[in-house]
Amino acid sequence: MPYLQILPLTLTLLVFLVAPVGLIGVVSFWDYTEFNLIPDFVWTNYRELFESRVTYSIYLSTLKFTALTWVFTTLIGFTVAYFLAFHVRTLRWQITLFLICTIPFWTSNIIRMIAWIPVLGRHGLINEALLGSGLVDTPQEWLLYSDFAVVLAFVHLYTLFMVVPIFNSMMRIDRAVIEAAYDAGAGPWRTIRHVVLPLCKPGIAIGSIFIVTLVMSDYVTVQMMSGGQSASVAVAMNNKRALLQYPAAAADAVVLLGVVLLMVVGLMRIVNVRKEL
Amino acid sequence: MHGNVKLVSLAKDYGRLTAVAGIDLEIEAGQYCCLLGPSGCGKSSTLRMIAGHESITSGQLLIDGHDVGSLPPARRPTAMMFQNYALFPHLNCLDNVAFSLRMRGANKCERHARARDKLALVEMSDFAERMPAQLSGGQQQRVALARALATNPSVLLLDEPLSALDAFLRVRMRGELRRLQSDLNITFVHVTHSQQEAMSVADLVVVMNDGHIEQAAPPRQVYDAPDTGFVARFIGGHNILQGQIEPGPEPTFQLITTAGRVSGIDETGAGPRGAAAVAVRADKIRVGPPQESDGTNCVPGRVRTLEYHGATVRLELDVAGAEEFTVTLAEADYFAAPFQSGDRVQANWDVDAVHLLAR
Repeated sequence: MPYLQILPLTLTLLVFLVAPVGLIGVVSFWDYTEFNLIPDFVWTNYRELFESRVTYSIYLSTLKFTALTWVFTTLIGFTVAYFLAFHVRTLRWQITLFLICTIPFWTSNIIRMIAWIPVLGRHGLINEALLGSGLVDTPQEWLLYSDFAVVLAFVHLYTLFMVVPIFNSMMRIDRAVIEAAYDAGAGPWRTIRHVVLPLCKPGIAIGSIFIVTLVMSDYVTVQMMSGGQSASVAVAMNNKRALLQYPAAAADAVVLLGVVLLMVVGLMRIVNVRKEL
Repeated sequence: MHGNVKLVSLAKDYGRLTAVAGIDLEIEAGQYCCLLGPSGCGKSSTLRMIAGHESITSGQLLIDGHDVGSLPPARRPTAMMFQNYALFPHLNCLDNVAFSLRMRGANKCERHARARDKLALVEMSDFAERMPAQLSGGQQQRVALARALATNPSVLLLDEPLSALDAFLRVRMRGELRRLQSDLNITFVHVTHSQQEAMSVADLVVVMNDGHIEQAAPPRQVYDAPDTGFVARFIGGHNILQGQIEPGPEPTFQLITTAGRVSGIDETGAGPRGAAAVAVRADKIRVGPPQESDGTNCVPGRVRTLEYHGATVRLELDVAGAEEFTVTLAEADYFAAPFQSGDRVQANWDVDAVHLLAR
């Protein structure tokens, strides 16, 4: 009887998670020509992947995007959550401001990215302002279609994924604990450092899992905001897919999945996330 | 000795709401003071103003003669123990106790040594490495106490310290608080809504109501000679009778009530007049079958309920003109001549059971 009750979820997970991932795993061992997929069991796809120096530079660049995005989303996310949780006094205002934070999510990712183009472009808002005020003589090229633009877009897209779990952690902190820290002589900064921050670790870890998984597997943002100049693992994977090199792309996917899983496991090792769930 | 706390017309307003309406109080160094009153009476706001967690709207707060009203909590010679202990959930007991020392820049060795001393003081040495979540309520309270004592404050402020414990532990812990206070010889200010708790630990009971102090006196005086009707009702064990006062033969007064005439000693010597109220100690009233009397300190009534409390038996009587009329009889006295509920009886008492209320 208990098995019957978990059957629907088990089936859903089998059909929509285990089977597709398994299929990718299987295909990653296939052979291929320019026109054909050949069911087989060969290690060529993996060997080519690991022997190519491009793979490592692409992983490095993806990890760089992830690290930078993580740093900025954590800083901004913590600050916004702190303001909402500790400085906004009434629940009504907390909810209102929270909803305002979600407004960008009412549009699609693509539109939110495109919205940066008139701001950052060669004749965009920022360049016009800089030129007009005489601070620079020539339009700043690094603003758009650059790594800067990629990280900026990531931060814009994903900060809320950091705000929500950190806010959740903060709301669980007993206000008397903050007062106790104050009573013990900790000022606002040291209260954050010694009390709020340690108690928010699980929230930060959950947010980090979101950021890591989203950024590591992103290709649209990197493609659009770098103007095709920067690469990421997923961009490379998508290129292979476009060339119909499905087994090679599948091998890429399996390795990426492994790397991301390792990162998540590492995070879970550092912070006990379970008590937050 | 340090720890003299003096409040001079101390007031707290929250917008238009007055929480504390300018109170004056002096707590001697080394006294155990209880702020007692119903919820919303201003006792917690008063405590939080002394601690520095609430700003003072007007008035002065002096500790050992220094005006500390504008200092942050850590710079006052006070420490606070919070209602639900507010231990840091991410630190073990030792680090919880050592936290304030860490904030004062003590190195690890020194602060851990001092924290261990404080844990030993509350008999929690064996639990130094435990996390707060692994402790029972009583154990958490001991750790919270050790944490509050870590900086050797001269005034310890306790906000409803026993309210989260079960009845049995509450009685045990209040005894320990009292013992600790006399061992350390520092001032304790303890907020509670339980008159029993206040009476059993305090040197000075401060009964508060509606932002005012109704009475500040030693427990025995509060019980034996409540200043006001509010104090008499809140402390319990009193029956309040209202009427018109008339001078009686010196040094007594007479109060004419609907139930009958009440005579008591005029402790003030002022010869009171007009509308007044008296409190009659429930444990000094005798109850017997109706009989002829001169009608002084003697009221007829009917037994409404009977409660057996072990050492005592509590009777509630219906008495004309009194909202409530309770009598506490010694068990032996009651069973020598028991009644049934519904019986007509007569309650009588001596002049020394009567206390004239100021308000």
